[in-house]
Amino acid sequence: MINKIVQSMAEATADIRDNAVVLIGGFGSIGQPNALIEGLIEQGAKDLTVVANNAGVGHTGLARLMEVGRVRKIICSYPRTSDPVVFAELYRAGKIELEVMPQGTMAERMRAAGAGIPAFYTPTSVGTKLAEGKEARDFHGRTYVLEEALFGDVALVEAWQADRWGNLTYRSSARNFYPVMAMAAKLTIVQAQHIVELGALDPEQVATPGIFVDRVVHVPYGEPVVT
Amino acid sequence: MSTKAAAETLAACKPWTREEIAARAARDIPEGWYVNVGIGIPVLLPNYIPPEREVIIQSENGILGMGPSPPDDKINRWLINASKKYVTLVPGGSYVHHADSFAMIRGGHLDLCVLGSFQVAENGDFANWTSAGDDMPSVGGAMDLAAGAKAIWLLMDHTTKNGDSKVMRRCTYPLTAVGAAKRVYTNLAVLDITDNGFAVRDLAPGLTFEALQDVTDAPLHLTN
Repeated sequence: MINKIVQSMAEATADIRDNAVVLIGGFGSIGQPNALIEGLIEQGAKDLTVVANNAGVGHTGLARLMEVGRVRKIICSYPRTSDPVVFAELYRAGKIELEVMPQGTMAERMRAAGAGIPAFYTPTSVGTKLAEGKEARDFHGRTYVLEEALFGDVALVEAWQADRWGNLTYRSSARNFYPVMAMAAKLTIVQAQHIVELGALDPEQVATPGIFVDRVVHVPYGEPVVT
Repeated sequence: MSTKAAAETLAACKPWTREEIAARAARDIPEGWYVNVGIGIPVLLPNYIPPEREVIIQSENGILGMGPSPPDDKINRWLINASKKYVTLVPGGSYVHHADSFAMIRGGHLDLCVLGSFQVAENGDFANWTSAGDDMPSVGGAMDLAAGAKAIWLLMDHTTKNGDSKVMRRCTYPLTAVGAAKRVYTNLAVLDITDNGFAVRDLAPGLTFEALQDVTDAPLHLTN
């Protein structure tokens, strides 16, 4: 019997290694896998490279992971959020590396990684600082830049419902990067608000099929708080 | 007109407010268009689309058919826009993941993207993601939107707080995209970007063409 549901955070976060590339979804305060991040802090892996849209808010979740010194580098599209206090201090002190990338390029690089596409050409960033040093090529009279697939060692996912095969649903804008991050990582770990029986999810509603998921832990934390 | 006279008409004119800039742009969006709105003044735009007109708003975090902010007792706590504020979904709206959202954006499926900007140039270049001395450059989805939407309109102040023109011959800040902007709505004017540069479509109440030129780095033209 396939059962991807684990009973403890220690089981959920086992085998995450130092120097891992960790994909962390969420957009704003919605869909942040904060329980898994707490588990990762407890687990102890360090020198992590984190891929996330923002660089953490306040002192919780991703910001906390950075504050306790586990993150060597962050790859994100928008570090300047409402309260990036932890990141700003570390960055200005030279204690964390930053790579800024267009949001759609970030999403597509992970989609490509999950889909077996090693690289692709995009019109995004052509003629800007972010295209410097990148291979460019013309197709049908327009210039594009080459972007490579972005793989994760681990993805930390927050979902609404999950079953024991790892089929997932999300709520509203909490879906954001998760379907592509789940595809792009070697080890995809999910915290789910609701665990349901196999067969209970409407197949038309499954946004991430279980083939992309390795572990699920039940975290019924309730409603997100917008900060 | 002398520079002094131009300065006097500028002082006497009534610049559009942020809300009026958003409302002015909203009136120009035809029914049926799919539109992404960025942060800054554009966030206000959906509030001003005439209710009888169906315009579909896209938000890059996976919302197609975004509605206005909800009353306090109707908040969906899993639904926010790109500015991280609570929003609603209109009947017929749908959710997608980020790669599909940016496929809509980059794939040329949006009729229009409305963005804020630090600077815009007469060749359609614009700069809205990082300025000189910014140590935390934050691009978000701006470059994808600029590369992919069929048209880019910019909603912005005409000058900086110091009075320097943001409507330029050439941008001095790092570019978001080359030659992408098609129209600019400022607190002083509405400008089309044409093969000949900026063409003035509309002026704030009481403002003259000469006074506008006086506070604008780029040469302006009259629309025919």
